[in-house]
Amino acid sequence: MTRLLSLQGVTKRFGNLVANDGIDLGLKRGEILALLGENGAGKTTLMNILFGHYVAEEGTIAVAGPSGSLDPLPPGSPRAALTAGIGMVHQHFALAESLTVIENVVLGTERLLAPWLKLRAARRKLERLMAESGLAIAPDARVSTLSVGEKQRVEILKVLYRDARILVLDEPTAVLTPQEVVGLFAVLRRLAGAGLGIVFISHKLGEVLAIADRVAVLRHGRKVADQPIGEADRRSLAALMVGHEVAHSRREQREPGDVLLALDRVTVRPEKGRVGLQEASLEVRAGEIFGIAGVSGNGQAALAGIVAGTAAAGAGTLTLAGERVTRPSPRAMNDAGVARIPEDRHRDGIVGSLSVAENMALETLGSPEVRRTGFLRFERMREQAREAIAAYDIRCSGPGAPIRLLSGGNIQKVILARVLDRNPRVILANQPTRGLDVGAAAEVHRRLLEARSRGAGVILISEDLDELLALCDRIAVIARGRLTRAEPVETLTRERIGLLMAGHAEDEVA
Amino acid sequence: MIRFEPRTEAAPALRVAAPVASISAALALAAVPLAAAGAPILTAFRLMGEGAAGSIFALTETLTRATPLILTGLAAAVAFRARLYNIGAEGQLYAGALAAVAVGSGAVEAPPAVLVPLILAAAALAGALLMLGPALLKVRLGIDEVVTTLLLNFVVLLFVQMMLEGPLKDPMGGGWPQSEPVTEAGMLPPLVERMRLHAGLLVALSASLLAQVVLSRTVLGLKIKAVGENPDAARFVGIGVAGVTAAVAVISGGLAGIAGASEVAGLKGYLTSDLSRGFGYAGIVVAMLAGLQPLACVPTAVFIAAVFVGADTMSRTLGVSSYIADLIVALSLLCALVSGLFARFRVRWS
Repeated sequence: MTRLLSLQGVTKRFGNLVANDGIDLGLKRGEILALLGENGAGKTTLMNILFGHYVAEEGTIAVAGPSGSLDPLPPGSPRAALTAGIGMVHQHFALAESLTVIENVVLGTERLLAPWLKLRAARRKLERLMAESGLAIAPDARVSTLSVGEKQRVEILKVLYRDARILVLDEPTAVLTPQEVVGLFAVLRRLAGAGLGIVFISHKLGEVLAIADRVAVLRHGRKVADQPIGEADRRSLAALMVGHEVAHSRREQREPGDVLLALDRVTVRPEKGRVGLQEASLEVRAGEIFGIAGVSGNGQAALAGIVAGTAAAGAGTLTLAGERVTRPSPRAMNDAGVARIPEDRHRDGIVGSLSVAENMALETLGSPEVRRTGFLRFERMREQAREAIAAYDIRCSGPGAPIRLLSGGNIQKVILARVLDRNPRVILANQPTRGLDVGAAAEVHRRLLEARSRGAGVILISEDLDELLALCDRIAVIARGRLTRAEPVETLTRERIGLLMAGHAEDEVA
Repeated sequence: MIRFEPRTEAAPALRVAAPVASISAALALAAVPLAAAGAPILTAFRLMGEGAAGSIFALTETLTRATPLILTGLAAAVAFRARLYNIGAEGQLYAGALAAVAVGSGAVEAPPAVLVPLILAAAALAGALLMLGPALLKVRLGIDEVVTTLLLNFVVLLFVQMMLEGPLKDPMGGGWPQSEPVTEAGMLPPLVERMRLHAGLLVALSASLLAQVVLSRTVLGLKIKAVGENPDAARFVGIGVAGVTAAVAVISGGLAGIAGASEVAGLKGYLTSDLSRGFGYAGIVVAMLAGLQPLACVPTAVFIAAVFVGADTMSRTLGVSSYIADLIVALSLLCALVSGLFARFRVRWS
């Protein structure tokens, strides 16, 4: 097989941080290479160098030209990368919502001052590409009407239309249902079969093992492994990624207790394109983890808003420990013993320039632990922060460090410490491990299971089926604002959850 | 090609170097129009320096000018910290001045120890109430406070002119639209003999100290910073964003109101409709140059006052328009913004 791409000794530093340290990487025609690594391992930096967004201090990149010989790629030029046949599908799509599929595909390939678009030739080429790749989609459909999975197909078609010979996909499965993932993998195999070289960036081990021919593992900016997939297994890859064996927590059998939190036919109106809730009912008991499965954007935000006190129900009732909540607010839920881990920890969880200690005190500003006659008790706050830093193994320079300097995993630990140290009765964990590396995610799981053993009721909203199946006692599925009846995890299969996530009615699935 | 790469952390030396460099750059840029006006540049800058700080008189004049600027600078700094863009300090200053003459020009008879605090309190209340309206419109109806506070400036100024032509007009004023003077007991005492510098400076200095303490040491300060930097997170953790915004409006408007009282009861003695030389607007520059730090508003206000006072002297001696002062202040702000960019990003040429 011929080489398509060769990176040699690529090194990139940001101040004292070495983001990429002498990385060699090769890609052959028809090969699917998985680039595996935790967040912050340097995957994205490496790809940004490939695309000319960053310039590496050392190292060279060479791309095969049409003749097959490897030519050096000029650094720092996205245009050169595109011309050389490198295409990328980002996690966040770059599509013009109000244009049609074909217009989006053509956008950027036509000259700015051309009198009209040459759509007829474009349509022929697009239809040929669709037939070859198996990416079927109506060329004249408006992008705003497409599902997330369909939008991703448009992004891949965009890359193919530009005659890319190297396709880079950044965490492509994060937004897909399990069934859509199967479809995507079939397309990728077909494209590789036609000679495309594919780089598949991921931190999900199962997917890497399922799709890749070869896997390269990055850790702290270095390549620590590069092996055919046949020689890899889950355990060894996880250890390579993290640098040590990851201890996974196990859920012990436990009899659930009284109902702590109940929603009874709660309806939230959809708003600004956001899916609401339709007559959602659930009961969370003491000592159980109640899972909400579903693809993001199906009403999870509305459901979480009700429990967190940031949204009010249009109809239906919310009951906490047998008492109806009539005037919900973040503070009321807080005071009633509901610990809230927000979905977007940077947006809702922290104030970046404030210190770790101040962020930890944000939810208890009224308590005598934090204030005395209106003044902050800095000594006491720092002491509490120091304790939490030790107990939760938060990596930072100290309680006074601005929290924005912490990594995502450490920020999440600060939030965990803030909400869990008050021994809450109910815990709302909304996508608590999204974007976290394996080690940090395991720590979050351990803490949630610990709270469960203590008798807390946990609502776990997640897109990660592995996480839900490992932690939850019962799981309900949310799709288009409707919540299915919760079922014990022992009776559920991945396939069944997948079908429910895709919006099939319960009786169809059964 | 130029590219900007974010710095991972700003070096402490850079934080000191940035404002110094930006002021130097502003002075260097101001040399161009000075030269164009035919003035000898070094002489011009020397005259400006002497005019601002070359004698006890010059120094006290600079500090007198800095007094209202410190207060309006604080008004902007505190409000901007909570992301409440109060552009109405000019109007709040006039509202405070109006309250000061209403209370101080004979309506209340009291010894200075009572009357002076009363005048300041009345002025603070007037400014605070004026700012409360736009703040409530913002939190309740989402109306942009930049527009409302800015437009209120003109409303207040016209109202002041109406009052000065009507009920507040001094019958002994020889027909000029000015108010009756503040009584002897209501005046802020002078600080230096035979100079215009008055106790308003002490009020301004205490206010900046107090504002700094509130921002950095109190629960309210923490809430203000949280609401200003990340209102989503503030709401999520249960901080009452509306309440904090209202409190900030009261503090900010109050500070600007005190600036008005200080000008009337410390310097002029009576109210005219040209009491402020754009102090409300200049306060925004003071706050921005100070990086919205209350204590830092003192040196930046003194700097801007020095530029204005110094430029007056220079223009009198050399015959160059004193608008050069506005130019230097504007250039300083622009250079400060640019230096902020350099402090946050590393520039690479490739």
